[in-house]
Amino acid sequence: MLSNEVKEKLISIVTKENFADSKTERLVYSYDATPNFQSMPDAVVSPRNTAEISEILKLCNEYKVPIVPRGSGTNLCAGTCPTEGGIVLLFKHMNNIMEIDEENLTITVQPGVITLDMIHAIEEKGLFYPPDPSSMKISTIGGNINENSGGLRGLKYGVTRDYVIGLEAVLPNGDIIRTGGKLAKDVAGYDLTRLFVGSEGTLGVITEATLKLIPMPETRKTMLALYQDLNAAAKCVSKIIANKIIPTTLEFLDQPTLKVVEDFAQIGLPTNVQAVLLIEQDGPLEVVERDMEKIAEVCRQENAVSIQVAATEEEADALRTARRAALSAVARLKPTTILEDATVPRSEIAKMVKAINEITEKYQLTICTFGHAGDGNLHPTCATDARNHEEMERVEKAFAEIFEKAIELGGTITGEHGVGAMKAPYLEWKLKAEGIAAMKAIKQAFDPNNIMNPGKVFAKDSKKRVVITR
Amino acid sequence: MTTVQEQEKIQEQFKARMNEDELLNCMRCGFCLPTCPTYIESGYKESHSPRGRIALMKAVVDGVIEPDEDFERSLELCLGCRACEPVCPSGVNYGHLLEDARDIINQNKKHSLPVRAVRKTVFQGLFPHPERMRWTVGMLGFYQRSGIQTIARKIGFLGLLPESLTTMEKVLPAVPTMKEMKNRPEQLPALTEKVQRVAFFSGCLMDTMFMKTNDATMKLLQLAGCEVVIPKNQTCCGALHGHSGEKEAAKQLAKRNIIAFEELDVDYIITNAGGCGAFLVDYDHLLKDDPDWRDRAKAFKEKIKDISEVLVAVDFTKKVRLELPVQVITYQDSCHLRNVMKTASAPRVLLGAINGAEYVEMKEADRCCGSAGIYNIVESEMSMVMLDYKMTQAKATHATTIVTANPGCLLQMQLGIEREGLSEKMRAVHIVDLLAEAVKD
Repeated sequence: MLSNEVKEKLISIVTKENFADSKTERLVYSYDATPNFQSMPDAVVSPRNTAEISEILKLCNEYKVPIVPRGSGTNLCAGTCPTEGGIVLLFKHMNNIMEIDEENLTITVQPGVITLDMIHAIEEKGLFYPPDPSSMKISTIGGNINENSGGLRGLKYGVTRDYVIGLEAVLPNGDIIRTGGKLAKDVAGYDLTRLFVGSEGTLGVITEATLKLIPMPETRKTMLALYQDLNAAAKCVSKIIANKIIPTTLEFLDQPTLKVVEDFAQIGLPTNVQAVLLIEQDGPLEVVERDMEKIAEVCRQENAVSIQVAATEEEADALRTARRAALSAVARLKPTTILEDATVPRSEIAKMVKAINEITEKYQLTICTFGHAGDGNLHPTCATDARNHEEMERVEKAFAEIFEKAIELGGTITGEHGVGAMKAPYLEWKLKAEGIAAMKAIKQAFDPNNIMNPGKVFAKDSKKRVVITR
Repeated sequence: MTTVQEQEKIQEQFKARMNEDELLNCMRCGFCLPTCPTYIESGYKESHSPRGRIALMKAVVDGVIEPDEDFERSLELCLGCRACEPVCPSGVNYGHLLEDARDIINQNKKHSLPVRAVRKTVFQGLFPHPERMRWTVGMLGFYQRSGIQTIARKIGFLGLLPESLTTMEKVLPAVPTMKEMKNRPEQLPALTEKVQRVAFFSGCLMDTMFMKTNDATMKLLQLAGCEVVIPKNQTCCGALHGHSGEKEAAKQLAKRNIIAFEELDVDYIITNAGGCGAFLVDYDHLLKDDPDWRDRAKAFKEKIKDISEVLVAVDFTKKVRLELPVQVITYQDSCHLRNVMKTASAPRVLLGAINGAEYVEMKEADRCCGSAGIYNIVESEMSMVMLDYKMTQAKATHATTIVTANPGCLLQMQLGIEREGLSEKMRAVHIVDLLAEAVKD
């Protein structure tokens, strides 16, 4: 509970209508898209500008009140679940596109802009912002930056990190800093821009961002390669890249995933095959055509049973949209969906797919596997029921084994969803004690009172249960 | 105001009656948020989004919060447009959850005396009785024709009513006389080679206030080669009851309709009102706990089709030439026709086939116009915000004719035209009226 004093002071900063602490208003910000995490904040505050955020942070720092910055609450690592209470900070008033600079090819935005709205504004100018997380229709750019979101085009174009070139941020002591700028080169001091990207709201509050844009590719082609053998599909992924082609998108969907996605999207996806690869290439027409032919050839060599090329952009878009719905569509099978984000070097993707299947078998679970195979980033998603405690324990063991395997293959515990509260207990597996200590020292330097999104990234105990949170 | 005792009762009922699987099915991905009109118009308030409302319902079931006034407010402000359902990858049946929640709240809450009296009159005394509907609408006709309307407008009596109601009074259609309403046909022959035998669900409001639209519907069906049966003992679909927390009454009406139609040997049961159609196709859900009725409801539901679907299926536009004077037309989806009955392309196909008329798609034609049953009366303020947005989009098409597929939407669009002062240049029509107008013999 906030003291009356803090409450009054917050209201004096943001006015009464931007402060809420009724049970209803708190309940609806007690969760994000991560299953099994829920915790009530003490209040919900919607500041209108950077100056107000600075005032809020100073106040919270003085009274040691936790702050959780929240975009649209679509993250998958319990990154915006207020696990230690405090205030949830909303950016609904700070949702303007400040400038699209066509000479420097940059866009400057406030954090509350919806990612897809921003992308539309950029595309109207014939420019291109490649990161396209599946939630982009809902997510905010502030959320994307804090989580360093990926997407379907990461293989060729990289992730959010690769496009953020300047930030304005408020530190826990209320200081307002600016990092980077509209600069192609800038080595003036530590790269704080990169530090803030993916910091999950644990270092400060991002209040403005400048993003790099590139020219819109001239053409784009999309195809599906169908396989009756899971391993053949997975092997083909590494084979395509080994042939020195980097497609825009190289997505993997196994049969259980295809079935649930088709059930939702009804666009005629093949559900009678073991796996498909969704492949896209963009660029000048002759390059795209040459690459796509070569990719099709590799797929055939790797035992694809059929290759289907999207005839129109509408058809291609339907395929992409369907793929983006995969995670939520798995919830059609059972009420709880627990997904993972283990990532391995691209060359190891076939081994990882095989391991996931063996682990699924061993623990007798329903796991749908899909993901950005070209990035080595898979999303094995378990359809289960949180009320079945016995099964939940098996899920937990299975995912621990999947992590173990990913790290053994030179991979990581999370490719693009973040650590948050969900994967915090596993972070040490990847970083070792020394890595954690270095990161903690950074956190301590920025946020000595631990008010910024406490309980995220760093766990109290390592290697704890990942699925069952109580 | 809900008392503490009422809240406790509501909470108990939530635990006992809400479908827990359905609540858990929402995995909170937020894919519904951009489609929710109240989420957008409230300034992105999660408490006015489908994800937020489901989380709130679940929290009441789990005992995390009490069903207090804020909670009720969140559910009240929902339009029930169900735009969140087709976009939900997990397939959550939000409409069913909302209906159950509203029913529980309503059944356990003591309304004030005037509210109770009005509810009783409307839900029990009026809609289920065709003859009383005719009488009520007949009185409206008397009001319009006798000169009282002119007098009422002059002395400013209507100024005492909320703005939307005052304007609504202006846009109500000129209603038929009592005599016209009483002499309804029971069977009509196909006027071209007979391809189908269908039954027509005439609806309560449609068969009185919008009687001309019903006549046009039957005419189109006849021209399309359908023999039309119109059973006399059918009644109100119950949508108004179901959406207002009067579920038991809705069930009684459903049973009466099933009885009225199940013995007829027909291919389809046709509706021309998205709101009714969507409630009729949900009869199997409404009666799911009643073993004597479940299968009968399912058989009934499977025959329900919107007029536009049937016309497309029987190649109406190839049998009859459609032509209108040169004009731009646009279409406003009926939410329930689109989101529940899944009819979106058929009306557009028909409109596109009218010679002389240029069809222009309206931006966000699938977004609710704010009519939503009695929402535009009880939540007038939000409804008008939605309507203003809709009119901005409608004007951008440069259409002079806005086509709708549901009486509520039709009145709301007429209201919008009136509010914008465009009644000289723009009109709103029901799709079957426009098609009937375009039929060239």
